[in-house]
Amino acid sequence: MRLLTFAGGIHPDDGKRFSKDREIQPVIPQGEMAYPLSQHIGAPAKPAVKKGDHVLKGQVIAEAGGFVSAPVHASVSGTVKGIEQRFSPAGTKTDCIIIENDGLYTEMEYGSVKPLAEMTREEILQKIGDAGIVGMGGAGFPTRVKLSPKEPDKIEYVIANCAECEPYITADYRCMLEYTDKIVSGMKVLLALFPNARGIFAVEDNKKDCIEKLEEAIHAADMDDQMDVEALMTKYPQGAERQLIYTVTKRAINSSMLPADAGCIVDNVETLIAVHQAVIEGKPLLERIVTVSGDAVNNPGNFKVLLGTSHRELAEAAGGFSAQPEKLISGGPMMGFAMVSLDAPVTKTSSSLLAFQKDAVSRLRESACINCGRCVEVCPSRLIPSRLADHAKRHDEASFTAMNGLECVECGSCSYVCPAKRQLKQAIGSMRKTALANRKK
Amino acid sequence: MNENYNVSSSPHIRDRITSSKIMLLVVIALLPATFFGIWNFRREGAWLLVVVTVASAVLAEYIWEKLMHKPVTINDFSAVVTGLLLALNLPPTLPLWMGALGSVFAIIVVKQLFGGLGQNFMNPALAARCFLLICFSGRMTYFVYDGVTGATPLAKLKAGEAVNTMDMMFGNISGTIGETSVIAIMVGAMFLLLMGVIELEIPAAYLVSFVAFIVIFGGHGFDAQYITAHLCGGGLMLGAWFMATDYVTSPITPTGKIIYGVCIGLLTGLFRLFGGSSEGVSYAIIISNLLVPLIEKITLPKPFGKGGEKA
Repeated sequence: MRLLTFAGGIHPDDGKRFSKDREIQPVIPQGEMAYPLSQHIGAPAKPAVKKGDHVLKGQVIAEAGGFVSAPVHASVSGTVKGIEQRFSPAGTKTDCIIIENDGLYTEMEYGSVKPLAEMTREEILQKIGDAGIVGMGGAGFPTRVKLSPKEPDKIEYVIANCAECEPYITADYRCMLEYTDKIVSGMKVLLALFPNARGIFAVEDNKKDCIEKLEEAIHAADMDDQMDVEALMTKYPQGAERQLIYTVTKRAINSSMLPADAGCIVDNVETLIAVHQAVIEGKPLLERIVTVSGDAVNNPGNFKVLLGTSHRELAEAAGGFSAQPEKLISGGPMMGFAMVSLDAPVTKTSSSLLAFQKDAVSRLRESACINCGRCVEVCPSRLIPSRLADHAKRHDEASFTAMNGLECVECGSCSYVCPAKRQLKQAIGSMRKTALANRKK
Repeated sequence: MNENYNVSSSPHIRDRITSSKIMLLVVIALLPATFFGIWNFRREGAWLLVVVTVASAVLAEYIWEKLMHKPVTINDFSAVVTGLLLALNLPPTLPLWMGALGSVFAIIVVKQLFGGLGQNFMNPALAARCFLLICFSGRMTYFVYDGVTGATPLAKLKAGEAVNTMDMMFGNISGTIGETSVIAIMVGAMFLLLMGVIELEIPAAYLVSFVAFIVIFGGHGFDAQYITAHLCGGGLMLGAWFMATDYVTSPITPTGKIIYGVCIGLLTGLFRLFGGSSEGVSYAIIISNLLVPLIEKITLPKPFGKGGEKA
């Protein structure tokens, strides 16, 4: 069978060998926990606790701050120490609720749950919203909002983004092997919201074991007539939402459209697990799976981490650093953030902590563009990155927009292939932010 | 442990390819044609002209950048490529100082005055060749082979004389240093294709459109002998695989590459069949170089989600 894919993209060394065979291990945090109020796209959550309050594991500590927002829950029991500015994994200082962990993990009572078949659409969405679920692949868009398109009957595909195309990260891979049933159950919940949709698990073909496992689990859940597993070509950025939709359905959407315009809803593997836990088990989002890898890590692996745990404790769980890391990355090496501090907490969107002895980019020097066209070849949005970067450097917003700079998905493939080592994605990305901000004015 | 970590914008990894590696690969790909040329024109002492031309190109770049207080970029091998391409386009008997002058013109006037690497709008080696052709047309069209002065096969072809296409394939004929052996050129071209340095679009569009032009207007119809002679003569192969594919002076858009190749093909045909000289490749390429901004403008790809996803 010919593998499904899109035009463009790159094939970097995937680095997954370091952690792919390590089973998920829980991390028991010792120190204080920090919960950023903004772990999602949209309005920050509003604190619902004050200094000195005692909280239980699972308790809401910050309410959703608007429609496009999500609540935050305590993942440990303990005492609120206050609200302080802390570094987020992305390197900005952000308001965090700080909780002193009492080490007891006393969990609150969640109340009984109705069977899925008896729940209404609104009840399901309410559960997902109340659980604080956001897109856990990295974007952090509130899942409840994503699952509320104008016309739910017109959704034809619910796509589980199982691509995990970023190098090094194996968290989704381990989840697919170890929590297969929960993923299929999460998909079943979503299909209950969209009566005319098929569930598609879109998996890159370098994870053949996951494809088999998912197929077995679908069969065991008797969902063969509603769910399929599709093998995709292993290529970065196969998991980018627009490229994934195109790969699966051959429908293409641009930056001003939503997946629902192509009859699609896309959710990441871990988001599906969170949906299962919220709707079937009645539990809020309290933990996620994080890969710790890189050549500066003693024991690379995959960890089940309570949200709010500091990356320092996470690194210790992986045996600490074998050598002085020069660079820490939260997320994958293609789109992740260089971390300023190990004290930043694990958030709903933290998929990995990578520590490298050598920073692969700091010693590179930019040279002149030789117009080789490699960036054009790999751009999944079919743009001309080298020219967009030139316009960006001149702050020529009109030309930038005219050459469709806003269609960029900031996957970084152009910077990756550039033989002149130009910071193409950086230039295009910052111009894009300026242009989007000016557009809103 | 030190807690200061490097911070930079993503991506945090890069491909190993660099501009200098690409240039070095082009130099390697030119070696078969270079060595064949040096051997073929050993009686004329072609090796010295090659060395002088390449050295002058590198030296011109170095001195210019030093004088202008710019970072010296001779390590990127682009000046070597320019010098070598120019040398391969010169008749073996050309006085050494003319070769050196050509290199200086290529590097300083065509490349550096327009902003250095990546900014020139014409292929420096070809522009320098045309400059030399205008300045010293006698020496630039004086061809000697095995001590005998004679016309190039292409000139004979234009005059209606018979040519030996086997000799044109192997290259034991008169001509410029690097243009005579189609086999040596193709070995280098195949290497560049395999290494992913060049792609087929431009050379293929060039060759196909050129053949179509001479079939229609050449007066010989579909005559394999005539077509082969045209393809093998006059540096067409060297031009198609090594100069038309120059990144800087060719379009960056996928459709643009095809149009650009067709432009060169048609212009080469036009110059060869209807022009005063039997030659035409160099002029066809540099004139098409000038069309590149326009070609790019009309071939901007459609973005993903706006019709460009199928490309």
